[in-house]
Parts: sequence; C-alpha cells; structure tokens
Amino acid sequence: MNIFLLIMAAALALPALAADPASLLAGYQAEARKADAAFAASARRGEHFFTATHGGEWSCASCHGNPPDGAGRHAKTGKTIAPLAPGADPQRFTDAARSEKWFGRNCKDVLGRVCTSAEKADVLAFLLKRRS
Amino acid sequence: MRPVLLAALLALAALPAAADKPRLPPNPVYKAECGSCHVAYPPRLLPASSWQLLMQRLDRHFGTDASLDAGAREEIGRYLAANAGRREPPPGVEPRITETRWFAKEHREVPAALWKGTAVKSAANCGACHRRADDGDYSERTLRLPK
Ligand code: HEC
Ligand code: HEC
Repeated sequence: MNIFLLIMAAALALPALAADPASLLAGYQAEARKADAAFAASARRGEHFFTATHGGEWSCASCHGNPPDGAGRHAKTGKTIAPLAPGADPQRFTDAARSEKWFGRNCKDVLGRVCTSAEKADVLAFLLKRRS
Repeated sequence: MRPVLLAALLALAALPAAADKPRLPPNPVYKAECGSCHVAYPPRLLPASSWQLLMQRLDRHFGTDASLDAGAREEIGRYLAANAGRREPPPGVEPRITETRWFAKEHREVPAALWKGTAVKSAANCGACHRRADDGDYSERTLRLPK
C-alpha cells in the first residue's frame, strides 16, 4: 500500500511542477508590478538585455546565440545547446523550478547578480516572439 | 492495485536498457545536472578525492556557476564516490580529467592544432571527437576527428 500512496503522491505533484512559457511570463510580470505598477514586459527591451554584455565577458547570446531559435554553443566548452526559444524547442520554460535554476546560474555568470523579475519577464517576452 | 503493477512492469522494462551501457553507470540526476554544459564525464576518469573537490565549490566551477540544491548535490556526490576511478589525482583545487597523466598519454597522437581549433575549442569538449560521449561511449568505433 505504501508504494501505491507514493505513486499517487507523485502523480498529484506533477501538475504543480508543469508550467508553460506564457504563464511563467505572467508570473514574472505580476511579481515585477509589485515594485512598479506600470510595468509591462517588453520584447524589445528583452532583446537588448539578451544580446548586451553587462560588465562581464559574456552576454546571454554568447551561449544561446542570436537569434535564439537556432542551436547555441557553450562559449567555453563548445558543447551544443538546444535552442532556447520555446517556438523552436517546446520543452523550454515548461518547468518553473528548472527555469529558476538556470536563471539563477546564468544571471550570475552574465551580470554578476540575480536577475530581477522585470528582466526575466522581458527576456521571456523576447523569446516568445521568436518563432521558427 | 493496477498502478503498482504498471510501475513494477515499467521498472523491469527499463532495467535491461540501462544495463547495456556499463561505461557510464546510469544515473539520470548526474546526466541531467552534470551533462548540460559539457558531456557528463565518466566518473571513473577521476579519483574520489578530485570529485569531492569539484563538488565542494560548484558555485565557482571553472569560472561559471554550476550550483545545485542540496538533494541533487548529495545524490551526485554519492554516485561519483561510488564510481570513481583509482588513478593518481590531477593537480589543483579545480582538478581536470584533461590534466591527468592518463589523458595526456591516451591522447598523445592528437595533433596539437586540433585541440585549439574552432571545431573542438577545448580538450574538455570530448563530444567533438567521441561522437557518443553523451552516452559515455568512448570506444574507437565512435571516434571521429573533426577536420
Ligand atoms: C553551468 C555550466 C556547468 C555545469 C552545470 C557543470 N559544469 Fe563542469 N564545467 C563547466 C565549464 C565551463 C568547464 C570548463 C570547461 C573548459 O575549460 O573547456 C567545466 C569543466 C568541468 C570538468 C573538467 C573538464 C576537464 O578539462 O577535464 C569537470 C571534471 C567537470 N566540469 C565536472 C562537472 C560536474 C561533476 C558537474 C555536475 C555537478 C558539472 N561539471 C556541471 C561548466 C559546467
Ligand atoms: C581532439 C579530439 C579528442 C578530444 C576532444 C577528446 N579525445 Fe579522447 N581520444 C581521442 C583520440 C584520437 C584517442 C585515441 C584513440 C586510439 O588511439 O585508439 C582518444 C582516446 C580516448 C580514450 C580511450 C579509448 C579507448 O578505447 O581506449 C578515452 C577513454 C578518451 N579518449 C576519453 C576522452 C574524454 C573523457 C575526453 C574529454 C574530457 C576526450 N577523450 C577528448 C580524441 C579526442
């Protein structure tokens, strides 16, 4: 019976983890509006953020490429990275915890700090506009 | 009772496939977490002490942030310790497979220019030459040097 309960618990937990890019974007936007009620995610701002360096050596595009609907390549290891834009890879931004983990790591590498909710919302708006 | 049966059958079905690849003992957490920025390196290519050094400072991992939550870190740490090799450790607090004596010896016939070329970029990019490195397969059959 214990196994049964475990399986049920796992099945129930799944929907909570699953997400889609649009709802993640909405979540970041809502978070950003707590600081700035007039905030609206902007693909144009997101593109600029994505392709610019921020005091360090790398931009987001250094590994993910630009436009990010093609495969990227890790700037240091040379490993191929699957496209980041959800239009090119439907697996992208479908797991909130995974997105947060990589925002956490990669923002530190590119900006030397965590990204704000506004920055994440802008980047997602940019990535969602890119369809291949 | 059905789901239990189903789960048991699925688990059984998965076993033989995993047993096919003895070179990289299967651990999905390791492959997912340590195989994203580069291939998931075979645990046997570094001794346990070197893996331990790497796992202690994942937030400053070769100039990048590879930090993990505590659960994944512990699981991967256990997996690496259990499957580590026994050769002499490479130097430094950031030990590299590519700086072991074994690696230099095994790769002495690779032309120097190839390591730095754009196709390979870094000796740590095993997959540029070992086309199935993602699956832990480094056999000669799957080796193809880029031009
Ligand atoms: C965020 C990206 C990232 C993640 C995640 C990551 N690494 Fe790395 N790793 C790197 C980079 C960058 C290098 C340096 C590669 C180079 O010099 O070409 C590296 C190098 C290494 C090397 C040395 C390769 C050599 O030259 O022999 C080892 C060993 C290693 N990583 C193990 C791990 C382990 C174990 C994990 C999982 C806990 C992990 N890495 C996760 C980015 C990452
Ligand atoms: C520039 C191409 C290249 C790169 C990059 C490369 N190798 Fe190799 N590797 C070779 C060649 C060539 C051999 C020698 C094959 C032979 O002589 O049989 C070899 C041999 C090996 C062998 C022995 C295979 C056997 O059957 O005996 C292993 C294991 C291995 N490499 C692991 C690695 C790992 C791990 C990495 C990344 C950290 C790596 N290699 C990176 C080209 C490369």
